[in-house]
Amino acid sequence: MIQVEHLTKSYRVSRRSGGLIKAVAALGKRDTERVVALDDLSFTVSDGEIVGYIGPNGAGKSTTIKILSGILTPDSGECLVDGRVPWRERKRHVARIGVVFGQRSQLWWDVPVIDSFDLLKDIYRVDASRYKKNLDELTGLLDLETLLRTPARQLSLGQRMRCEVAAALLHDPDLLFLDEPTIGLDAVSKLALRKFILERNRARGTTVLLTTHDMQDIEALATRVLLIGRGKLLLDGSFEDVRASLPGTGSLDEMAAALYRRYGV
Amino acid sequence: MRLYLKFVAMHLKRSMAYKQSFFMSTLGQFLISFSAFLSMWFLLSRFGTVGGYTLGECMLCAGVTLSGFSLAECFFRGFDRFSGIVKSAGFDRVMLRPRGLMLQVLCDDIEFARLGKLIQSIVMLAWGVARSPVAWTPWRALVLLLMVAGGTVIFAALFILYAALCFFTLEGLEVVNIFTHGMREYGVYPLDVYGGGILKFCTFVIPYALFQYYPLMALLGRTEHWFLGLMPMLTPLFLIPCAALWQIGVRRYKSAGS
Repeated sequence: MIQVEHLTKSYRVSRRSGGLIKAVAALGKRDTERVVALDDLSFTVSDGEIVGYIGPNGAGKSTTIKILSGILTPDSGECLVDGRVPWRERKRHVARIGVVFGQRSQLWWDVPVIDSFDLLKDIYRVDASRYKKNLDELTGLLDLETLLRTPARQLSLGQRMRCEVAAALLHDPDLLFLDEPTIGLDAVSKLALRKFILERNRARGTTVLLTTHDMQDIEALATRVLLIGRGKLLLDGSFEDVRASLPGTGSLDEMAAALYRRYGV
Repeated sequence: MRLYLKFVAMHLKRSMAYKQSFFMSTLGQFLISFSAFLSMWFLLSRFGTVGGYTLGECMLCAGVTLSGFSLAECFFRGFDRFSGIVKSAGFDRVMLRPRGLMLQVLCDDIEFARLGKLIQSIVMLAWGVARSPVAWTPWRALVLLLMVAGGTVIFAALFILYAALCFFTLEGLEVVNIFTHGMREYGVYPLDVYGGGILKFCTFVIPYALFQYYPLMALLGRTEHWFLGLMPMLTPLFLIPCAALWQIGVRRYKSAGS
């Protein structure tokens, strides 16, 4: 269960004009500006939900994920994830969550994937029998058998993403954060990944919070959609509700664009 | 500790993915640090003594400083590369794992090619031990061990300091290298050859003298105060301000983001 109340977070961003002279001038004094990433954001996610967290680039999606996973501390507001305040009890919190960043890897580049998995087993203190059980299960479901002995650098993006997802689940997290997990994947890999996420959710009741720009991900997975823009929550409803509210838009991308236009983000 | 060993094994596997490169860089590291040895050799064979120290005494001192540095570099290299970790948002990954942050950064990079350097400094130390006029006793051997350990602690603390500053600047502050790599160069001679001012700085600001000058005096029998031999035991105190700055940096990272 995720409870977010009145979360606010702003960053200091330095601005300067381009060019070498301006860059040198900026050494002396820096113009900084406060940019609000999250502005009084509140929502609740119940156990076992798959929530699609959408919004245009720069809306505050990644900031939310980082706060929920204990990497960042908000300026103000409350946040409880299964009774834990993420940034106050980092170690206890991260032991119970799994995070996949579509654009980053947690696998070791030059060693076989199975070695990375073995290391994660020790990092998360997963006991041997449970590790073996989880590994066998994930290997079967994600079809990793032949990939495990290959170094990560030699895997295709689709293969690597399957390994990344497995890596995030080796310690049985109750909660899975997926930050653009399907970015750059081909159709087959996308479908396989979506199928797996659904199965995992059904079989284990794992709560999933998913950010993506791919509306098909949302259509296939999300039981609920949260739309965020300029740090504010704009819409909270089921995918069908959202779809029905925008008649006459053809593709899913057009629908998303129409949605962003309606809220002026 | 078990986890640390696992990481060591991983880094070994990683290095072995490029075997030739591994052996070439080990050899390279060995040869590079040979220059320190040669310059000392030439200088002292021409002038006999530097600041009243003979070649054997300087060799002993150089062996201690270089061994301390190499050991610290070998195991604390993750801190030396920390600006890269912070800039590439790799620190997010570190924060996402249920282990101590320092331990994970420590484990982030362990470079075995540095063993070449380590072997070279141990050779130098051994030679210094053989050539120095010291009459070796168990007590003096203990002092020598303490000196090397103290050197490792001081350099490790400086690596942590360097990493902590990355939280504030994102870029690694190269100026800190004066105190790490620079000290490796200058610390091959007993610190008092540089004059009293430098010696004070090296006692009270960055306490190199705790593992180098003072115990060396005890070792060479140039002082009546036997307890100077135990001065390296004070080096862990220097870790306190460095680790504190690191903690402040982490808090800043958590509130500023990347």
